[in-house]
Amino acid sequence: MKPLATLGVLTIAALSLTACADDPKSSSGGLTVEATDSKCSVSQTDLKAGPSTFKVTNKGSKVTEFYVYADGDRIMGEVENVGPGLTRNLVVDLPKGSYEGACKPGMVGDGIRQKLTVTGEAAKKLSDSQELKAAATSYERYVNSQTVALIAKTDEFVTAVKDGDVTEAKKLYPIARTYWERIEPVAEKFGDLDPLTDGREADAKAEKRDFTGWHRIEKQLWVDNNTEGMAPYADDLLTNVKKIVALGKDAPLTALELAQGSKGLLDEVATSKITGEEDEFSHTDLWDFKANIEGSEAAIAALRPVLEKQDPALVKELDAKFKALDDDLDQYQDDNGDWTFYDKLTKAQVKRLSDLVAAVSEPISRVAAVVAESA
Amino acid sequence: MSEQNESTSGLSRRKLIGAAGIGALAVGAGGGYAVGRQGDESPAGVADPDAKPIPFEGAHQAGIVTPAQDRLYFVALDMTSEERADLISLLKDWTEAARQMTQGNDVGKFGAVSGSPFAPPEDTGEALGLPPSGLTITVGFGRGLFVDAKGKARFGLDGKLPDKLKQLPAFSGDQLDPAISDGDLAIQACANDPQVAVHAVRNLVRIAFGRASVRYSQMGFGRTSSTSSAQVTARNMLGFKDGTANIKVEDKKDVQDFVWVPKEDGPDWLVGGSYLVSRKINMRIEIWDREPLEGQENIIGRAKGSGGPLSGGDEFAKLDFTQKNDRGAPVIDKKSHVRLAHPDFNHGAKLLRRGYNFVDGSDGLGQLSAGLFFIAYQRDPEKQFVQVQRSLAGSQNDLLNEYIVHVSSGLFACPPGVGRKGFWGEGLFT
Repeated sequence: MKPLATLGVLTIAALSLTACADDPKSSSGGLTVEATDSKCSVSQTDLKAGPSTFKVTNKGSKVTEFYVYADGDRIMGEVENVGPGLTRNLVVDLPKGSYEGACKPGMVGDGIRQKLTVTGEAAKKLSDSQELKAAATSYERYVNSQTVALIAKTDEFVTAVKDGDVTEAKKLYPIARTYWERIEPVAEKFGDLDPLTDGREADAKAEKRDFTGWHRIEKQLWVDNNTEGMAPYADDLLTNVKKIVALGKDAPLTALELAQGSKGLLDEVATSKITGEEDEFSHTDLWDFKANIEGSEAAIAALRPVLEKQDPALVKELDAKFKALDDDLDQYQDDNGDWTFYDKLTKAQVKRLSDLVAAVSEPISRVAAVVAESA
Repeated sequence: MSEQNESTSGLSRRKLIGAAGIGALAVGAGGGYAVGRQGDESPAGVADPDAKPIPFEGAHQAGIVTPAQDRLYFVALDMTSEERADLISLLKDWTEAARQMTQGNDVGKFGAVSGSPFAPPEDTGEALGLPPSGLTITVGFGRGLFVDAKGKARFGLDGKLPDKLKQLPAFSGDQLDPAISDGDLAIQACANDPQVAVHAVRNLVRIAFGRASVRYSQMGFGRTSSTSSAQVTARNMLGFKDGTANIKVEDKKDVQDFVWVPKEDGPDWLVGGSYLVSRKINMRIEIWDREPLEGQENIIGRAKGSGGPLSGGDEFAKLDFTQKNDRGAPVIDKKSHVRLAHPDFNHGAKLLRRGYNFVDGSDGLGQLSAGLFFIAYQRDPEKQFVQVQRSLAGSQNDLLNEYIVHVSSGLFACPPGVGRKGFWGEGLFT
């Protein structure tokens, strides 16, 4: 796994630096750089490995900039456009080695340089790979339970389609898809099979291939209200779903993929469910919507022991935001477990769902970094 | 047109912006104020005015009497959370982010590019390398933040609702769309570079997810009001100079009397703040353009070229409402925009206007969806905006009403500024 520490740079406001001081990642804080038209004084030239913060003050008369170079003038970080009398900050993450700091009055030339020496090792996190493995295994069990039901329900759906039983097929369509949508990150790993099973008509047309899969049959059922000519599509669907399940078993998701998948499922909701374009003929989007959310929650549940240890506040936030979303969704499900058709929702109701999805998407976008950090 | 010819600096500086790689520049009206940024063509040693940030801290929020920047991005949000703690944390987070962005820095500890490769960057990044560009971020609180539709207090803000923060009355001719009116919170981001203003709003909106969500937003260009006598009066989409008689920063007494909420007005938490009125005014551009020059000038009450009153003199000449033409009619029409809006006919009411032109593309019939996003700051909305708008509104009043329609409305109480510590609206929670 890639180390978390990245070589990057940015300018940040002086104010956040106080907050930075107690951050374990800040090795060298409070460095000052006094830049004039002819001088460049760095307050400290022996630095500890890890992120260093340079507070660059321009005491000259020209607009200046400050660079940190590695060997061969490789830029490790820079802050530009520091006007006379102004102070801007540069945070740059430096591994052990020799560097040069350079002020460039007038923003031209090689600059006035000063040697910087970085020693030591950046603080490393404890390895929790056992816990990450446990998380992946736990999610694998979830995927297995879902795939068994997925194959069984898809089989029932396919049978109904081939029997020409439109009513039964319409009833089974959203239910079979529920199992599919819960484990979508698994399916999406297999790029060529996903469009064949879950592709949209417009994309098939654009890519000059036959429109196949779930949505091909959906269109026939809801637009034409029959199953004519659907038998080959139904057989293909079952074959491809079985293929995806088998491939998924051979290559289970890693913990990091799992974290990314929990976010991916919410992105799915935000991009294709909220807009009502997933099930454009049947309007059964809320079945898929809920299934994506459940899949995302399952991924977080598998990662929970790791997250609890690394960032308990994040877990609390996720719990609260997921709950708010689930509570709001509940009103659209009746006692039989059926969901309101998506075209019956008002604009205000869709906006509310969109807000709640955004509210959980923000914290969930931070999960992958927490998982990566604990590796 | 002499004023325009004199302000030659506008063009060359704008070219600089283009050279620096920021596309899509609509040419703002007027010009003659500095909107440059450091580019290759700028000789080293000449300080870039946009490199110097506008101070964030102070007794009043920046962005009110700050000389009007060239661009606007205005956004209104509704709270999606009902938790008092969420409102407080949102205002704190916004204040910190605004402190950083207005000074030309990224949002967050690690900003756009030096955080974890597995985490989304704290800052969205499109302002990397751009100077502060005069960015100011100003927030206001709508009535809906204090009370719900039934008048019940929200966020434990019982007793904090200012008496003057009422729903604005309906004016004759209004065609208001609730979807682009009001809101619990308003953010006015102004900058000389639209990318900087958009970056500011985008990041504040992102910070708000889970606590507040956007109700509507509006981009504006070509400030239509000068708020400093150092600025050339800009033109609105009607082609007329707008804001000649605006309150100017330099006029300390006007600012004191008409802009800031004084102690005697209260409430305490709002002292040093101001009321923001926003009105989106659509203009029937194509119809207006077919009106003869004389007609246009008669409707406004000023000469289109110089901006001087029809009673004579230059732009800043005193308006003479008694002067008659040879037919015995007033030279400045009794229903002209300038007369009806004038303090003399509104119990002395003055406003600090800070509006911007907008073009929202076309309307599907090939006509411009354009107009004025009117913003005005004041100490007392009833005595100021409402007074003036009552004079103007209605088909029997302002001649201009044939060409304009108000489609959105908002009233927000903008808290005072913050110091080195503290956050916007802190006084609401003490």
